[in-house]
Amino acid sequence: MSAETAVLVMLTVISAATPLLFAALGELVVEKSGVLNLGVEGMMLAGAVAGFAVTVSTGSAVLGIVCAALAGALMALIFGVLTLTLAANQVATGLALTIFGVGLSALLGAGFVGVPVAPLPKLAVPGLSDLAVIGPLLFAHDALVYLSILATAGIGWFLARTRAGMILRAVGESDESAHSIGYNVIRVRYLAVLFGGAMSGLAGAFLSLSHTPMWAEEMTAGRGWIALALVVFSSWRPGRVLLGAYLFGGVTILQLHAQGAGGLGIPAQVLSMLPYLATIAVLTIIAAGPWRGRLDAPACLGKLFRPPT
Amino acid sequence: MVSIGIERPGPRLQARGLTKRFPGVVAADKVDLSVAPGEIHALLGENGAGKSTLVRMIYGVLPPDGGQIHWEGRPARIESPRAARRLGIGMVFQHFSLFEAMTVLENVALGIDNPGAMADLARRVSEVSASYGLPLDPRRGVHTLSVGERQRIEIVRSLLQNPKLLIMDEPTSVLTPQEVERLFKTLRQLAREGCSILYISHKLDEIKALCDRATILRGGRVVAECDPSEETKGSLARLMIGADLKTAKRRAETERGPVRLTVEGLDLPAESLHGTALRKVSFNVRAGEIFGIAGVAGNGQKELELALSGERRAKDAGAVRIQGQEAGHLGARARRRLGLGCVPEGRRGHGAVPDMSLVENMILSGYERMNLLSTGFIKKDAARRFAENVVVDFDVRAPGTAISAGSLSGGNLQKLIVGREILQTPGVLIVSQPTWGVDAGAAAAIHRALADLAAKGAAVVIISQDLDELLETTDRLAVIDRGVLSDPMVTAQASIEDIGLMMGGVHGPAPVHDEALGSRRYAV
Repeated sequence: MSAETAVLVMLTVISAATPLLFAALGELVVEKSGVLNLGVEGMMLAGAVAGFAVTVSTGSAVLGIVCAALAGALMALIFGVLTLTLAANQVATGLALTIFGVGLSALLGAGFVGVPVAPLPKLAVPGLSDLAVIGPLLFAHDALVYLSILATAGIGWFLARTRAGMILRAVGESDESAHSIGYNVIRVRYLAVLFGGAMSGLAGAFLSLSHTPMWAEEMTAGRGWIALALVVFSSWRPGRVLLGAYLFGGVTILQLHAQGAGGLGIPAQVLSMLPYLATIAVLTIIAAGPWRGRLDAPACLGKLFRPPT
Repeated sequence: MVSIGIERPGPRLQARGLTKRFPGVVAADKVDLSVAPGEIHALLGENGAGKSTLVRMIYGVLPPDGGQIHWEGRPARIESPRAARRLGIGMVFQHFSLFEAMTVLENVALGIDNPGAMADLARRVSEVSASYGLPLDPRRGVHTLSVGERQRIEIVRSLLQNPKLLIMDEPTSVLTPQEVERLFKTLRQLAREGCSILYISHKLDEIKALCDRATILRGGRVVAECDPSEETKGSLARLMIGADLKTAKRRAETERGPVRLTVEGLDLPAESLHGTALRKVSFNVRAGEIFGIAGVAGNGQKELELALSGERRAKDAGAVRIQGQEAGHLGARARRRLGLGCVPEGRRGHGAVPDMSLVENMILSGYERMNLLSTGFIKKDAARRFAENVVVDFDVRAPGTAISAGSLSGGNLQKLIVGREILQTPGVLIVSQPTWGVDAGAAAAIHRALADLAAKGAAVVIISQDLDELLETTDRLAVIDRGVLSDPMVTAQASIEDIGLMMGGVHGPAPVHDEALGSRRYAV
């Protein structure tokens, strides 16, 4: 494989990893606050269709991306009202949100199937992007790829170093303690859930505006679920989410290339299963391994909280 | 006898007519309370008397339904804990408001409103902990600390705010006698410096030893205000309970039968990072004997309970023998068949299913020994009769057996669970925290029932954090510390100081100041 081919393969890995990274980072923040939102897939689809439709209609990709984030946050708001204000079961609500997102996005996107859109422009860093190998790999991506890397660092810093991040972790660790000290548990969780929704929306926008770029029904193809698995895989650490996302992006691209190279005698369907099989394998290893006591799951993950009156 | 003290000029805190209603109960009924600067003021009452409700209103956690609070002479509305802290009120909760997975420093920072830079805060934590004799390492994770150390975090966190009133909610229920002594020194030092302390307890000795004044609550109302040093334990108890204190009689030596429960070299790995591993636990209990297991919470009591009940199995079948039969490898159901009964620590969700009816809860553990099934179907009448027997024999105050277990009060639910196990006439009964959060009347009834069961020839194991309870009820006892069980000792010959030292309580590298040993008297 020549250097150029290797660079091209790496670029597709980055492209496959970025939506996973956005969605998983968002869900990580949500889960750190103690909320389990299984609606990532649905929120991604809402973001994908909103981003695509607004970009096509207005011609502004920036507006499209903003609307994608808003659409994801709006979906998350539904989840928040149901689970945080009305104290509905988080698992059931999250599943419903995914199913709702599939249907809603198909409905809203019906008129946009097959419509072309210009992919997001690559923002080349002058001078650096012309370097051999490193140039195209590091310095010639679209804005969302840079944003996803910045978000990883930013969220890591926020959770570990800021007081707001500490309060968020505290709320996920013990809602009752946080309440008795005087923090507004529900408000913190609302903010986290909305942020998670916006990140899922960005993940969707990247899919429909950069990765593909086009709109198709259920185009997320299970990436929301892989993102959820990535959060567990990372044991709730942003740096490991980045690692995991690129690992899974790599597996996805690997199987595509294996299919292209004649499949090595393996049926194409089996190769297409690889990313999902890898997800199941990783989760099994994590759950069964000797380190399972050190998973660092937020202690209140998925628990309902009602402030006493 | 009940004197109205001379009001010192300008009380720091004055509550007038504070009222809080919960569905079906008035938890605080027009409560008046006045605390002077530098005073250690006791809030005395039984479980359910309304002490916690009252201070949760003062600290802004619960909104009151009526009444006013005056702070330093001016009316104050305390709408949140933050508002309380701004006035200068600090609180140390009975159930700590701590975050296990975070460090001491982070926990302190979360509990105060103006933490500043973390490095600076770490220095202030070290200063305060040094000057009040509360050793703490700011960098350690809370999950590695003992209960006593955790309480210090709460105290240091309050002290960093320079409180004018410090509320302590049952602070000694989780401490060793030595730790209690050290805490009292800290509190006296604070009071000398002008800080008022509102000290909640139902332990009469402590209040007599520590407090300047006492407000006594019963059933949500103030029944008296007095100077505890001028009262006797008996008179305080009369005010608190509304009846004479039943002095617990040590039960007569009963005939000891054969060994019914043998635990030998029981090893059990920790289930999680925060758990405790059991290491070579060995003891045996004879028919007619009550055996106690003392220790500070989190030293393996929970694990031992599960290992005895069969919810966790041992590798070695011989590690647990019930009535002579190897049972270490057996699960809970098989052990019940061998004659084991078990009252777990958790009442709601472990000992009973809150959403199921009393009858259904009886079936869950009793269907086999009480013969409540017929070819897989429930014998409804037999189950109902069993439930009614338990309700009558154990004086469970319930309007019927069809109501949900969750609607019973803690004490009544505990009597129900204990009764369910005892009426199955177990050869061996394991009881964990039998009277935690239970009022004095129910506690006495439970203790009596356990003594009767032993007198009929059962072997009884009581796992409890309440040392007084074990000293009153058991024949022999041992102390569990970090998963290791001490040699058993005869309760009547055991000294409080020795037991306290065995309980340890302070683990890890934090320095221990043990100069303050044992001037404290215990009612045995």
